[in-house]
Amino acid sequence: MGLLEVKGINKRFGGLQALGDVNLSIKENTTHAIIGPNGAGKSTLLNVLVGKLIPDSGSVMFDGQSVLGRAPHEINQMGISRVFQTPEIFSDLSVFENVMIPCFAKRDGAFRMHAIESIFAEKGIQQQAEAILDDVNMLEKRDMLASSLSRGDKRRLEMAMCLVQDPKLLLLDEPTAGMARADTQNTIALLKEIREKRGITMAIIEHDMNVVFSLAERITVLAQGTPLVEDIPDNIKGHPKVREAYLGEAQV
Amino acid sequence: MLGLEKKDFQLLLIVIGLTLFAPFLLNPFPEGSDLAQFNAGYPDLMQRFVIFGIFAIGFNILFGLTGYLSFGHAAFLGAGSYGAVWMFKLLSMNVLPAIAISVVIAGLFSLLIGYVSLRRSGIYFSILTLAFAQMSFALAYSVLTPITGGETGLQLALSDPRIFGAAQTATGNIPVPALFGLEMRSSFEWNVGAWLFTFNAGYYLAAFFMIIAFYISIRIFRSPFGMMLRAIKSNQTRMSYTGLNARPYTLAAFVISGMYAGLAGGLMASMDPLAGAERMQWTASGEVVLMTILGGAGTLIGPVLGAGMIKYFENIFSKINETILHGWFAFLPDGLEDVVVAMIYPFIGKGWHLTLGIMFMLVVIFLPGGLVQGGQKIGALFSRKKAEETKPNATEPAE
Repeated sequence: MGLLEVKGINKRFGGLQALGDVNLSIKENTTHAIIGPNGAGKSTLLNVLVGKLIPDSGSVMFDGQSVLGRAPHEINQMGISRVFQTPEIFSDLSVFENVMIPCFAKRDGAFRMHAIESIFAEKGIQQQAEAILDDVNMLEKRDMLASSLSRGDKRRLEMAMCLVQDPKLLLLDEPTAGMARADTQNTIALLKEIREKRGITMAIIEHDMNVVFSLAERITVLAQGTPLVEDIPDNIKGHPKVREAYLGEAQV
Repeated sequence: MLGLEKKDFQLLLIVIGLTLFAPFLLNPFPEGSDLAQFNAGYPDLMQRFVIFGIFAIGFNILFGLTGYLSFGHAAFLGAGSYGAVWMFKLLSMNVLPAIAISVVIAGLFSLLIGYVSLRRSGIYFSILTLAFAQMSFALAYSVLTPITGGETGLQLALSDPRIFGAAQTATGNIPVPALFGLEMRSSFEWNVGAWLFTFNAGYYLAAFFMIIAFYISIRIFRSPFGMMLRAIKSNQTRMSYTGLNARPYTLAAFVISGMYAGLAGGLMASMDPLAGAERMQWTASGEVVLMTILGGAGTLIGPVLGAGMIKYFENIFSKINETILHGWFAFLPDGLEDVVVAMIYPFIGKGWHLTLGIMFMLVVIFLPGGLVQGGQKIGALFSRKKAEETKPNATEPAE
């Protein structure tokens, strides 16, 4: 039984079958990559997992509970955090405030009316926020406005915001999309470090095969809304079905 | 101090100082001089400064922090006014129960409207609040006449029950609002040479509430709750993927700002015990938006400055008439005098809205952060000058 069990998911957009009978099992303490050519349904699948889309049929169980029909914030509180293709951060807030917010969300839940207490009195939260910024080497940027960060730093900040919640599952939607080579290498290193240090289960959707093969422990290949194969990276590389799906797209 | 950081505490002290000494500060010109018409230190206007200050401080908690632009906040102000006048009619002329009920009624009313309107965001939210406020105005103006007094407004009458107070005074008049016997309209006048300073009981009561309101707003701005509200303004997607539910946060902010509006409405009725439907009209809602943006949305002191500025212009510029203009430019040759007066005339008197509009445009274009940003720019200019002046001295060798 995996941490995340997807069974028989179907999703149609008008005449397009975006997802057809998708089964997927993500085991605890692994890095699971979901790859596939454009239009394979990777993003649709991800949106189903985080509660943004409701599938026409099927079930999604996380840690023994169904996630279907729950709002994104409820699913996050269950232990699923998400990193976006373009970093979603609180641009108008300082770096430090950005990481304090998930600390509050973790401690106080989806809503708490803490309107009279001062932020400056929340020592525990501040220590937590400082510790995570130290972990991602951004402590000296704590008072900068998040919008003034470089793209790589924005990604690091978003990662820190997810990590400080100590999620059971971290979903990454093309974490290196549009990045320069150096930034990509940094991100791979950061993700590897997270994986080793914290033992967080990760699901990565990625185009860049370099990234996929340096991180993933298991790979699922999606094509036209259906999983083709699921196996360890070495077996995926030479798989004839995968070659067929990617023909003309990239050399696997 | 009082749970505030040093800087915020200093700001609070400044505001307390300004409100306490307002009767002096707003009356800089001697009585009877040409410039006396620019004096704003009379009770009626001073009361309006602080009451609209409260209104704008509350509006800023919603608009400045969450970015949700409500175009219907006057409805809560009007509801508060009606509640207060009903207290005067039924209970007694003491202002405290009237103010308390106005806050409660506005709070409940804003809970209802906020619950529905906050299902949408952006322009749709604004339109929903506007629609609700106009509906409230229409109801108060016609259908609900037994409760609101309709076109004539809600007024006190000799036949009111006033179960805890006298229905009428010994002389057979309608009693006036008071705080345990201290009448709101009573004033103490102090003549110093050519100057006349007026200390009005109603003003100081309203000022007291404004200071409390300002203090609470600082606490909210510096609280985790306030940070969440700013996070909502910044990125709602990240908000929900961080496990936070934006709805109750925005609703809480909406209700708090509604209660501030109710407090302003209750105080308005306490100064002058009548309430009319026009207080709920969209122009009144628009005014508080202008005040907040003019002063600086999302800043602590901005809304108070904006409220003061607009009320000052409304009362002072609208009083300047053609005769006064001719008096000012009498030194010019006859023909030229007429030309100058004709050029300035559209901007004064009834045309003060034109002046306000131009001012608003200039602020929005050149100072998007409002008057507060203007102040900061001037401050930065001075500190840079200071730094330049002190620099050469610092490098000089000590003797």
